[in-house]
Amino acid sequence: MDFEYSEEQRLLSETIRRFLATGYNFDARAKIVASPAGHSDDVWAALAEMGVLSVPFGSEHGGFGGTTIDMMVVMEALGEALVVEPYLATVGLGGQFIARAGTKAQQDAILPGLIQGKTKMAFAHTERGARYDLAHVTTRARAAGDGFTLDGEKCVVLHGGAADLLVVSARTDGGDTDARGITLFLVPRNARGLTVTQARGVDAHRVAEVRLSGVTVGRDAVIGAEGQGLPVIEGVVDYATVLVCAEAVGAIKYAHDATLDYLKTRRQFGVPIGTFQALQHRMVDILISYEQARSIATLACVKIDSGDDVERRRIVSAAKIKIADAARHVSQEAVQLHGGMGMTEELKISHTFRRLTMIAQMFGDADHHLARFAASK
Amino acid sequence: MDLNYSPGEVAFRDEVRTWIRESLPEDIRDKVLNYRELTKEDLLGWHRRLATKGWVAPFWPVEWGGTNWTVVQRYIFEEECETAGCPPIVAFGVRMCAPVLLRFGTPEQKQRFLPRIYDGDDFWVQGYSEPGAGSDLASLKTRAVRDGDHYVVTGQKIWTTLGHYGDWIFCLVRTDATREKRQEGISFLLIDMKSPGITVRPIVLMDQGHEVNEVFFDDVRVPAANLVHEEGKGWTVAKYLLGYERMGTGRIALSKRELVRVKTLAARTRVNGGTLLDDPRFRDRITRVEVELMALEITNLRFLDQLRRGDRPPGAEVSMLKIRGTEIQQAITEMMMQTAGPFAHPYRAVDATAAFDTFTASLTGRYMNLRKATIYAGSNEIQRNIIAKATLGL
Ligand SMILES: Cc1cc2nc3c(=O)[nH]c(=O)nc-3n(C[C@H](O)[C@H](O)[C@H](O)COP(=O)(O)OP(=O)(O)OC[C@H]3O[C@@H](n4cnc5c(N)ncnc54)[C@H](O)[C@@H]3O)c2cc1C
Repeated sequence: MDFEYSEEQRLLSETIRRFLATGYNFDARAKIVASPAGHSDDVWAALAEMGVLSVPFGSEHGGFGGTTIDMMVVMEALGEALVVEPYLATVGLGGQFIARAGTKAQQDAILPGLIQGKTKMAFAHTERGARYDLAHVTTRARAAGDGFTLDGEKCVVLHGGAADLLVVSARTDGGDTDARGITLFLVPRNARGLTVTQARGVDAHRVAEVRLSGVTVGRDAVIGAEGQGLPVIEGVVDYATVLVCAEAVGAIKYAHDATLDYLKTRRQFGVPIGTFQALQHRMVDILISYEQARSIATLACVKIDSGDDVERRRIVSAAKIKIADAARHVSQEAVQLHGGMGMTEELKISHTFRRLTMIAQMFGDADHHLARFAASK
Repeated sequence: MDLNYSPGEVAFRDEVRTWIRESLPEDIRDKVLNYRELTKEDLLGWHRRLATKGWVAPFWPVEWGGTNWTVVQRYIFEEECETAGCPPIVAFGVRMCAPVLLRFGTPEQKQRFLPRIYDGDDFWVQGYSEPGAGSDLASLKTRAVRDGDHYVVTGQKIWTTLGHYGDWIFCLVRTDATREKRQEGISFLLIDMKSPGITVRPIVLMDQGHEVNEVFFDDVRVPAANLVHEEGKGWTVAKYLLGYERMGTGRIALSKRELVRVKTLAARTRVNGGTLLDDPRFRDRITRVEVELMALEITNLRFLDQLRRGDRPPGAEVSMLKIRGTEIQQAITEMMMQTAGPFAHPYRAVDATAAFDTFTASLTGRYMNLRKATIYAGSNEIQRNIIAKATLGL
């Protein structure tokens, strides 16, 4: 066993962190969040330049061919800096469908541009009423001419507004929650009949509602086998789940460091508040949550590359349970121990709270994954 | 022992319920029940309706407008108000400044301020905390220097809730910096917020709402007649007031209403062919909070009863109500947000045209906002310190 990051991974981590420390400090981030687009093209270009967009993709498309542990290195750094760019949506979701299930033609057409920062992607899947049920798809795709016509509505589409290309799930067969009959389609953002409205998320990430009304696509827009989309979706969503777990580790690390620093510097009753034993024990529990979160995320990142489907589901759910709990525990305690200051927009700690709160609830909350874990095996 | 309402109490409950039904404007009720922001006028409008009815300050002495209700009647009243979705009575005047004036004020101060508090003519706010003086309130630095018939006040307060609505602010100030015991140099001053030299600046909280402020005092001249109790005795006043402040922070009746709301939301949320309310994990969580709340309701009534018998200001026991009451409030807002699942994500519309579910967004907003409940009015850590010392003698 070896728990150390490799030399290459350390280098990757340092490169990203060096960039984020200057290009993505708290003030820079605030400006990006407040900008009309809600993300920065310059930052995106820099991520492409550093090779960060290439990490999980194969070298035949200009990728780095990295493992999920390599991705953990990236996600942790993005989590610590609370990066709001559409990285997860593009690299962790949209691009994954192409890399895993796309035809060679699709891969050749999309992945090089994605890696170079020219193409952003999003996954338009969740529908009203679906909650965490991945098989709940009522959007319809009807065969028409040599292609399909898509009709339906998607919500909470991560960075749907920024995407050039959307991966859209739609039913070619079966009832609203049947496992079979879901097909994946590649739809350009500017397709006729497709409208996107955006909201700023609790965590300042953009989320969109996507309405498809009579959107026509060709047969070459189908990703993977017709009607066989669900297993692909499950695989990609599990992967993205592990990535947000890794991101949470970074955000929790920040919350830990900032709170520890606050306990050492904030003085009340003539002493640093960290001298109060009641708070020392609370800080220790934050540390334990952080270490446990890092362990389970590491385990999940390793196993998702090697395990079979059953093991993958178990480990991903295990990770998400622990991460959701740790995210809740650490974010709440960090705010509490900062007192009134923890409640304000002025400190990064409240923004970290917001991101951790959303991560806890993304891709299945702890209850959802408890049920899935218990049902596996 | 009898834990049921008497026929008289039931009749009283019906009277209150009917009056609220007839008096509470629907738009205001909608705002409250859907967690939308209340304006100063919304708050004062309701306050004035209650004042006209004679119910705005039940626990004041009758000669100043109190109702002479029993502890149980007061409790019934509060519960009916919360259940129906009445706006809160802003505590700073009725529940904080007034008890202080009743206990320590001069006859002139009572005559001048109490009727205006009762009628909702002045909006009061609380100026205790400072950047360097939160939990350690006695370290406050805002200075008040005597100059003839006036004090000249210089310094800064922070976290002033609804300071931007404030007409008057009651402040703890340092009138003597030389006392070895810091508490002895503190005085309690009433300050007109229209006085020259006062600046109010908003602080935006993480839910992006504006409810707290910084208040700056730059050579503000305050008539010496606005000193409450003696100079240097402000700490006694402050402690007396804090008991009343904390008594209101348990918000048990509110939590009862919100618990029902969680159940309604969970019953409407479909999961795996059933509803979230059928999900044993979620249902158990609700149930635990529900039984905790059942116990706390009785604990509250027991303490109120003891208080009435002893005829003394609230002591360390209110700290227990504050701790458990706020923990319950937070647990409820957390469950509410969880009912939204992945749909809790969108928070603010970007495109003006977007169909946007502001109600769901408000659930997340409340979850974030209610983190304050374990921090303000003396953090829950400080409450535990108080109980450890005062009740347990540790
Ligand atoms: C939304 C909101 C509204 C408010 N409204 C008002 C208002 O209207 N008027 C007003 O005057 N004030 C108001 N306050 C201020 C509030 O009373 C203070 O925030 C509170 O007293 C804590 O002080 P602090 O924020 O400086 O935190 P600190 O005192 O710095 O505390 C930081 C952390 O250390 C802990 N801590 C401190 N001392 C100890 C100890 N001895 N043992 C164990 N733990 C300790 C605290 O519990 C907290 O977790 C408000 C605060 C908030 C958040």
